[in-house]
Amino acid sequence: MGRAGFREFGVSLGGALDPHALRVANLLAGNEESAAGLEITFGGLRLRFADDRIVVWSGGNFDVRIASTPLPVGHPVLVRGGEEFTIDSPAGGCRAWLAISGGIDVPVVLGSRSGDLRAGFGGVKGRLVRDGEEFPLGENMPRAKVLIEKLRTEKIARWKPPHDWSSPTRRSPVLRYLRGADSGRFVESALQHFSSEGFFVSPDSDRMGIRLDGARLERSEDVDLLSEAVAPGTVQVPPSGKPILLLNDCQTIGGYPKIAHVITVDLPIAAQLSPGDRIRFSEVSIRDAHALLLERERNLEQFRRGLEPHFK
Amino acid sequence: MLIRVAENFDQAPIDVLNNVLATKSALEAAQIPGVIELAPAYTTVALFCDPVRAIDAGAPIEDVFGWLEQRIQQALKSVAAPKAFGADRGRAGDNVPAYNSIEVPVCYDQEFAFDLDEVARTAGVHLKEVVDLHCGADYRVHCVGFTPGFPFLGGLPRQLATPRRDVPRKEIPAGSVAIGGRQTGIYPIKSPGGWNVIGRTPLQLFDPQKDPPVLLRAGDRVRFRSITREEFERATK
Repeated sequence: MGRAGFREFGVSLGGALDPHALRVANLLAGNEESAAGLEITFGGLRLRFADDRIVVWSGGNFDVRIASTPLPVGHPVLVRGGEEFTIDSPAGGCRAWLAISGGIDVPVVLGSRSGDLRAGFGGVKGRLVRDGEEFPLGENMPRAKVLIEKLRTEKIARWKPPHDWSSPTRRSPVLRYLRGADSGRFVESALQHFSSEGFFVSPDSDRMGIRLDGARLERSEDVDLLSEAVAPGTVQVPPSGKPILLLNDCQTIGGYPKIAHVITVDLPIAAQLSPGDRIRFSEVSIRDAHALLLERERNLEQFRRGLEPHFK
Repeated sequence: MLIRVAENFDQAPIDVLNNVLATKSALEAAQIPGVIELAPAYTTVALFCDPVRAIDAGAPIEDVFGWLEQRIQQALKSVAAPKAFGADRGRAGDNVPAYNSIEVPVCYDQEFAFDLDEVARTAGVHLKEVVDLHCGADYRVHCVGFTPGFPFLGGLPRQLATPRRDVPRKEIPAGSVAIGGRQTGIYPIKSPGGWNVIGRTPLQLFDPQKDPPVLLRAGDRVRFRSITREEFERATK
């Protein structure tokens, strides 16, 4: 879920680019919602399990199989020791999250198991998972053990969360935003372009940020700004005029003017963007942004309560 | 939320720094519900909060920020114009931001100092004078960022100011001490970067296994000391 609390030391938030998707998957797998899972970009992963686990995946439009049986998104499944989990390249979106009962048991560093690939710590040895790598899983919680027994015969659970919650890919994505702290430093036409024109996702995008191609966003003044805080969701505009939407691995401070801030509930949409995708931005009020976040959290709370019978 | 402590930095950088630090500690002490963390920078303190927690603590859904703003203003009432700064950490009083004084040994050998020539040329002085000037000044950490533990230091002698490189280097080794415009800083981990590298320190600036994970934090006072290659090697063993 990322590493909050260390921004003043320059440590990035990190964690799943769609924390909500991983939280939902964790709850379905009988984990604490903050258990460590795997983020899979563009698929192409094969995992073999050493023992019986509940597994749930969420994210883009992937073909996922357990021992050649298709596994639909958001459905808990019992994977037996020795069985293989495979995930192919996506037909839509680009990322998936995998929750495994017991969670991935890598050491907690600075309060989190998230990998910081730029600084090289946390996660699995501070880097991407490699071919042939083995990593430890935590012990199944009692609720996961209950589910394992229940799924002995049917294997794949028939229940799942509402569609939106586990698969946020959109055909024409719109990201809602609040005006950024420096929106006044842009010419009026730049602000208009930003909210009316589409932008294309550039290939040199990564977990630090999504670089966008489109209308050049002109500033009304050419002064060097002093660095100040940036965060996942910040849209900053370097001198090239091409905006960058910052994501979880972004640095903690930046000196480019901030034209906008994408709201938290829409960051999962950003997490699915691939090079060439077209997106639009649409302004919302802070009040609506807070109401949307509150609604999501209340729904998640209700969902969590609704799951209880499955774990008894 | 960004709390802007000062509009102008250059006129009185140390006053602004002290104000930023006082603002941050006052906000920390206030323990405003929903606040996750505070991140100081040159003229600002960024307040990160979870609106849902603030709402659970009584903030109205239609105006969470207004509710927070009230509490922020309340907390900052006690931040008077800072006068009593300068206590070493450990004997700091209420609302007096404390800092550490740290000496950073630097080996300015050619092998480590990719851009020492360039800095000397820009300043119009000999290489040794660059080292003397760099070691002769008092620096303060204004903020930490870019990479974990990277200190942005103010206090560079004006003569040494050197524009950033047009083309950033793809890889700058950990411990590199560098000048970017009117600031100096230290690369804690191997990373790309556009500053002019003038030496290397054997000190480890970022260690995620430690608490706090950084050697230098906002407010700390720094001096550089020139060391020989032998001393550098001994220190890194």
